[in-house]
Amino acid sequence: MKSKSLVSIDQCSKEDILRILDNAQKFEENPNRRLLEGKVAATLFFEPSTRTRLSFETAINRLGGRVIGFQDASTTSSSKGETLKDTILMVSNYADLIIMRHYLEGAARYASEVTNIPIINAGDGANQHPSQTMLDLYSIRKTQGKLENLTITMVGDLKYGRTVHSLIVGMSHFNPTFHFVAPNELRMPDEQKNFCDQHNIKYYEHTDFTEDIINQSDILYMTRVQRERFTDLEEYERVKNVYILKNAMLEGSRDNLRILHPLPRVNEIAYDVDDNPKAYYIQQARNGLFAREAIICEVLGIEI
Amino acid sequence: MAINKNNKELQVAAIKNGTVIDHIPPCHLFKVASLLELDKMKNNTITIANNLPSNKCGTKGMIKIADKFFDDKEIDRIALVAPNVILNIIKDYEVIEKKRVALPDEIIGLVKCNNPKCITNNEPMQTRFEVVDRETGTLKCHYCERKVQKDDIIIE
Repeated sequence: MKSKSLVSIDQCSKEDILRILDNAQKFEENPNRRLLEGKVAATLFFEPSTRTRLSFETAINRLGGRVIGFQDASTTSSSKGETLKDTILMVSNYADLIIMRHYLEGAARYASEVTNIPIINAGDGANQHPSQTMLDLYSIRKTQGKLENLTITMVGDLKYGRTVHSLIVGMSHFNPTFHFVAPNELRMPDEQKNFCDQHNIKYYEHTDFTEDIINQSDILYMTRVQRERFTDLEEYERVKNVYILKNAMLEGSRDNLRILHPLPRVNEIAYDVDDNPKAYYIQQARNGLFAREAIICEVLGIEI
Repeated sequence: MAINKNNKELQVAAIKNGTVIDHIPPCHLFKVASLLELDKMKNNTITIANNLPSNKCGTKGMIKIADKFFDDKEIDRIALVAPNVILNIIKDYEVIEKKRVALPDEIIGLVKCNNPKCITNNEPMQTRFEVVDRETGTLKCHYCERKVQKDDIIIE
């Protein structure tokens, strides 16, 4: 990687991605390897995120490292007005690695510039969340046996959903075809469509979520229409129930189709889908552990 | 004051030594003056002219500052609002160098990020922007990755 910190998926080359995914596969075969013996990792969650924090802390524990940190900035000196820089430099005195989630965009990049120890971005506002992208890529490769030439349909909030934006960047090395299914208000922004054009990536936009599109797909990537992203709550009420996947819609789908979702879901995947073998979102979250073990070793320069 | 014989039609007085900033779009003249902090210069003779006829672009603005030579960082400030200006460096009434201003690849400080949730608006630190499109003057925040179009640029 260009930097020893992982701040954004676009700093990873194709080779970086494939190396991290290969290592994640080794961790799936055996998650318990004492590669962080004697090391201390700090998990600094300036904004709470239980799922991501538990996944990272489990990864550190399974690697034999120790964890320090906080899960709520209100109990730390940042609530007294300490700068992020000072907090990062203070923690850098103690830890070998910082994993951070922050509500401000660009916080992880700035942190990586003020300290000499590696930073892993566990989400900075609506900006980047590269370990999520890595686990998505891992799940896609694991279920499809490859990353090349796949048709991926993204459904829901494509305007504010950072996971889908990052997944486009991560998949851009592998000649994908995308279907973007979203209401007009939440359609894929021009910036991402321009990115696809520049990288000769085929994409099709739809406002209707139909079986015809599902039947062409290898991956169905569902996203939550998040209430907190809306300034206009009437608009939220209008679109929140539009893009719901029901089991009956999967009848004519490909055998290899798998349904992914970054979780938590609210109602965009009906519960009758859960028992369909094509539902993969729970296993997908489990893959996050292996991907994060691989990322931690990558930034620390540990060979597996 | 000595006047070059070719300068019969000079509309503003010539300077002996200093900088003449020419071809400033009239609508940006005062912005350029402000970016160069001309209001803080106490000891330089400054001539500001606007809406002068121009062969190239209809009308133009012009600023002459005696005994002042700008360094590149100061010049970068102008490129943001007036990318086509020409700086004439004057020594002993002669133009010894014509400088074009150009947007640098990166702008450190100077521009404020428009995103209120950007770390740069919440931490005592310098902003940093990459110039992603010179033609349109589009910048991208190095931290929050938000793009800002030329017309929306806020100068700190």
